[in-house]
Amino acid sequence: MNKTGKDYLLAALTGLALVIILVILVVLFGEILWNGAPVVTAEFLTEAPTADMTGGGIFPAIYGTVFMTLLMTIAGVPIGLATAIWLNEYASSRSKIAAIIRTAIHNLAGVPSIVFGLFGLGFFVIFVGGTMDSLIYGDIPRPIWGQPSILWASLTLAVLTLPVVIVTTEEALKTVPGELRDASLALGATKFQTTLTIVLPNARGGILTGVILGVSRGMGEVAPIIFVGAANFLPELPDDLRDMFMHLGYHVYALATQSPNVDAARPALFGTVLVLLALTFSLNLIAIIIRSRSRRALRPS
Amino acid sequence: MSEKRPPLTEALPTPRWHRWAERLIAALAFSAVLAIALIFLFIAREAIPLFFEEGVRDEMRLRDLFIPRIWDGYDEAVAIWQPIGGTPKFNMLPLFVGSLKVTILAMLISVPLGVGCAVFVAIYAPPRIREITKPIIELLAGVPSVVLGFFALMIVASFTQAVFGFTYRLNGVVAAIGLAITIVPVIFTISEDAIQAVPKSLSEAALALGARKYQIALRVIIPAAIPGITAAIILGFGRAIGETMIVLMASGNAAVMEIFDFTTSVRTVTATIAAELGEVARGEPHWRILFLLGVILFIITFIINLGGKMITDRLHRKLTAG
Repeated sequence: MNKTGKDYLLAALTGLALVIILVILVVLFGEILWNGAPVVTAEFLTEAPTADMTGGGIFPAIYGTVFMTLLMTIAGVPIGLATAIWLNEYASSRSKIAAIIRTAIHNLAGVPSIVFGLFGLGFFVIFVGGTMDSLIYGDIPRPIWGQPSILWASLTLAVLTLPVVIVTTEEALKTVPGELRDASLALGATKFQTTLTIVLPNARGGILTGVILGVSRGMGEVAPIIFVGAANFLPELPDDLRDMFMHLGYHVYALATQSPNVDAARPALFGTVLVLLALTFSLNLIAIIIRSRSRRALRPS
Repeated sequence: MSEKRPPLTEALPTPRWHRWAERLIAALAFSAVLAIALIFLFIAREAIPLFFEEGVRDEMRLRDLFIPRIWDGYDEAVAIWQPIGGTPKFNMLPLFVGSLKVTILAMLISVPLGVGCAVFVAIYAPPRIREITKPIIELLAGVPSVVLGFFALMIVASFTQAVFGFTYRLNGVVAAIGLAITIVPVIFTISEDAIQAVPKSLSEAALALGARKYQIALRVIIPAAIPGITAAIILGFGRAIGETMIVLMASGNAAVMEIFDFTTSVRTVTATIAAELGEVARGEPHWRILFLLGVILFIITFIINLGGKMITDRLHRKLTAG
């Protein structure tokens, strides 16, 4: 083979890898859209499922997912922001402590999701919930806080999303030019005032992107919440932090593996997958749009 | 770390809450360290009593967790995970064999795809294709794993059975394909970054010496990017071995100790925890063993991630120093 031939061969082989990935993507989204779209009607989105879960809608699962996602965001995002601000604005680049924290973040991102489930059960449900029960109520036959609930599921997922929020926020803070900080400090502002009034507003777009990416990651995770609060079938909506809840991802798992009649559950399954994907992707899409806008805004005109 | 400012004669005093807010930020910065410590402590807390509780030790021998044993009614020493039944058998070997099998097969599929795609996008693709490819593959990374588990269970399983005629519809191959789809974006993104990070001067020098594009790719750029690609593969491995929903839904979940046949049902460590913990009462040996599996999984992924990070850090230093 001549040299040009070898050039084409390498390009063709590596290009084939790209084509295979694209084909998988098209089949994945095509199948879900094709089979799911006819199922997703107004009733499907607003009604509770029937007892065998093959009929009715998935409203409790949508409600539970959104509720849980909000709680998770409120609990986790401020901590993630604070960590990123400290790492980027306060820690010196040679700080040993910062290096340890960064390693911890990296490792936290690699902890398997099922281990988060064990952690949520062992720490939040048994330890924190159990301790609250014995402090508040003394000796009680049935646990009140010390059982799986939407609160513990949200907190478990808040820990899981922490690394994503921290890493992307720090990237956003890095894009703020150092001159802005210097100018602010030169005018007599303290470091905290500079961070609050100069750095954070300028990094707003990037921070929002990071938060949304973290949130969308947490929204689709199922393994961590299997034992920590997700319910198989629960037509009533959760109205208390101590209630269990239905979750779109968990509903997909339950329909696909625990349904007595898989063929009857098939339409509801495709519909639920489509709704879950639509929710996560609309979040991702918002993140992408905000990111491109904030990049444009930062560019000097 | 306070700033040294020249004293201003008429400066307003900074509000007191600013100092408190700064302290709070510094304290919250330790959240990730605290989280890692708490995760390890509280899963170990549920597992450790296994080694000390008298009642547990009478019921089972700890060496049976790892070493095959000749059980009543068996002719030879076997490694079985069979938590329910007359004599519960908790040998972890079949689960780790299952995890490794599925993970290795998934790596065999995803490494050529991910690295190949990264090479194409970084070296051959025109800029316009690059610009659309990266976000599309990142989109794949955003697909929840339960959706990929569903995809493997419903579509990949039927397709592969029709094509290859597998005896079992759900098996190691189906789970590995599902897993491969989740790892491809990880491997692609890190490899592509590593290839992009190779200094232009290297390939320009090779070009000036008369090398062709494929020679530059294979002998200059890829060797220079090898540490980054290695890190990508290590991190992808860590992701695959810890992935739960896909293997839980698509692998068939029978704990058979079958090392070489990939087309039989497979049960992984992660799927075992997910499937069994819900049906066990707290404090039982079975409960503690499932948490012990979690501890082992945590340690394995911790080491893998630390290794991957050390490699990328070294690469980063090398590239920025030069």
